[in-house]
Amino acid sequence: MSSGDPKRTGRAKGYLQAFLFLLPGLILILLFFLAPVIITAVMGFTNMDYRFQWNFIGLGNFFRMADDFLIPKILINTLVYTFGTLAIFNVTFGLILALLTTSISERVGLFFRALWLLPRFTPPVVYAAIWLWILSPTRNGLLNGLRVAMGLRPIAWISQFPWGVIIITNGIIGASMGMLIFTSAIKAIPRDYLWAARVDGASWFQEVRHIVLPLIRWPLMFITAYQTLSLLTSYEYILLITQGGPFHASEVWSLYAYNKAFSAYAGTYEFGYAAALATVLVLIGTVASIAYWKIFRFREMMAQPRIEVS
Amino acid sequence: MASIRLERLTKKFGKVVAVNNLNLEVRDGEFIALLGPSGCGKTTTLLMIAGIYRPTEGNIYFDDVLVNDVAPKDRYVGLVFQSYALYPHMRVYDNIAFPLKLAKVPRKEIDRKVHEVAKLTKIEELLDRMPGQLSGGQQQRVALCRALVKEPEILLLDEPLSNLDARLRIETRAEIKRLQRELGITSILVTHDQVEALTMSERVAVMHQGVLQQYGPPDELYDRPRNLFVASFIGDPPMNLIPVEFKKTDGKPALVTDSFVLPLAEAWGEVLGQMDQGEFTLGIRPEDVRLSTEKEGNALLGEVFLTEPLGGGTLVHFRFGEISFRVLAPREIKVDVGDKLWIIPDQEKLHLFTKDGLSVREVGRQDAH
Ligand SMILES: Nc1ncnc2c1ncn2[C@@H]1O[C@H](COP(=O)(O)OP(=O)(O)O)[C@@H](O)[C@H]1O
Ligand SMILES: [Mg+2]
Repeated sequence: MSSGDPKRTGRAKGYLQAFLFLLPGLILILLFFLAPVIITAVMGFTNMDYRFQWNFIGLGNFFRMADDFLIPKILINTLVYTFGTLAIFNVTFGLILALLTTSISERVGLFFRALWLLPRFTPPVVYAAIWLWILSPTRNGLLNGLRVAMGLRPIAWISQFPWGVIIITNGIIGASMGMLIFTSAIKAIPRDYLWAARVDGASWFQEVRHIVLPLIRWPLMFITAYQTLSLLTSYEYILLITQGGPFHASEVWSLYAYNKAFSAYAGTYEFGYAAALATVLVLIGTVASIAYWKIFRFREMMAQPRIEVS
Repeated sequence: MASIRLERLTKKFGKVVAVNNLNLEVRDGEFIALLGPSGCGKTTTLLMIAGIYRPTEGNIYFDDVLVNDVAPKDRYVGLVFQSYALYPHMRVYDNIAFPLKLAKVPRKEIDRKVHEVAKLTKIEELLDRMPGQLSGGQQQRVALCRALVKEPEILLLDEPLSNLDARLRIETRAEIKRLQRELGITSILVTHDQVEALTMSERVAVMHQGVLQQYGPPDELYDRPRNLFVASFIGDPPMNLIPVEFKKTDGKPALVTDSFVLPLAEAWGEVLGQMDQGEFTLGIRPEDVRLSTEKEGNALLGEVFLTEPLGGGTLVHFRFGEISFRVLAPREIKVDVGDKLWIIPDQEKLHLFTKDGLSVREVGRQDAH
């Protein structure tokens, strides 16, 4: 084939044009998404500390991770926190809120949904402070105040139930996202389907089980996948409420990485090790995304033809 | 099977009164139609009977049992939605089987019944398809199957033919009528199409703005419309409606407009003469008029303004000043624009309405009570 093939140069020109159109977006992605990941990954192969020196130590950080006696504990915490919050609150409770608030009168439903959204508008520090008051181990905390009023002994909630605390505090706020998405999905179901089901003899539960859930299948799977990833990387409420304690009992992977990098408790700012931890977390997230993509067949959702054949 | 009785049934949506004080009776096994223009409250009425909407006021009885507080699933009603509302995520088979599954009918019996009803409506070969793969007519049949499979006592059909093309509509019309007769099921058909209502049902309830206008057999609606709305709504091509004044000239009764004078039969003169008003609306169906080149009896001379061939006949338009007047002429009669012809209405088939829009006949009947 000659290099002067007009078809070929034409196509090359087309690619160039497409590339130029995509360039601004590509630059943004490179700058804000890819670059941090790459820098973090590279940093993971150094033993950088507060002196910010790029001393490459090969797989040193990863060997250290394998030997780190805290890692199994952190990993279990992370799994329990992520899937516990997901299963109990972000999907299930969000779904229940959506189902209930769409089953009652429009105005009352709206009121409850707005109520549940409030924490989203509250600054995280304030939200955390409220929980610290509710869970305070002293008799001045809300829960312990109630217990004392009932003649019971105060409980050190955070020390006794570290997993419960991080799941509940994150779940209460996290459920609202699912609630919003599910609510709009439920409202988008044509009323005729629900009415038909009622005439066909369905109770409220059967209506939900046979009509509503199958019809909001995609939003359900989307929220599951999306919230898994966001829970894997979120730690701000844990940091503010339990600091990962007591004794790492509520410390999750992302918080562990944060602590290694910035916390005073080691006093050393182990950026290199923290970066290696973060890199592993990115890998876990990627694997989870691919798994969800496959399991939930998201490709089908995007390609599904909606043309009516007659 | 069951009879249905609606008593002072009213449904309000905020300020909108969708159904207003509706009284209606459907006999056991009868097929009736709710007929009216879009937005007149037909669907709302149907959904109240099915138990989806709760009446704002009034009562619904099945076989003289009050069912206002009975849940839809306990009403033994089959409902075909205008949208068909086939569950998009279930195969046709599962759509039809759904009511039986909920009723915990054994698997084998479900299978038997689904096939039976599918055979009845000739959709057996579609059972494995998804609703999205069906044509409108096929979807309509599936929806009908789903309504019939649980052997309901009452069948409600909301504009079941409106999404079908003209040809299929005529076929399906006959099909539904046949099914209804075979099963003997009490049925209510909702439609805005008078032909559908008049051809399919034993009685027709005409509704307008939530109010029942007239309820009776098709012939009665056609021959004796109670009021102006029914008169104008029933009949195709529609009835000529002309504001007139009743006068006696030289002792002879006549209806007078600015543009013409129509002499009346003596019998009409007596009826109208007894009324305490002189202004009426005259109704003449295009098919109740003869055209002639010679004056005969009580006739009216007009000039042909426009002709529309309708296949079976010709619609001849006349103009009297502002008033246009349509006559359905048989095909054999040759009519051309500009022809001067005598219009001879059948005096027995004239309709006269008072200023309130009520038929003069009705007024007479009410006086008698
Ligand atoms: N759910 C509803 N909310 C408010 N208004 C409604 C509702 N359903 C029907 N309407 C109103 O009630 C009237 C009757 O509606 P409908 O029964 O659907 O009429 P039809 O079936 O005869 O076309 C219309 O004016 C319509 O806008
Ligand atoms: Mg309707």
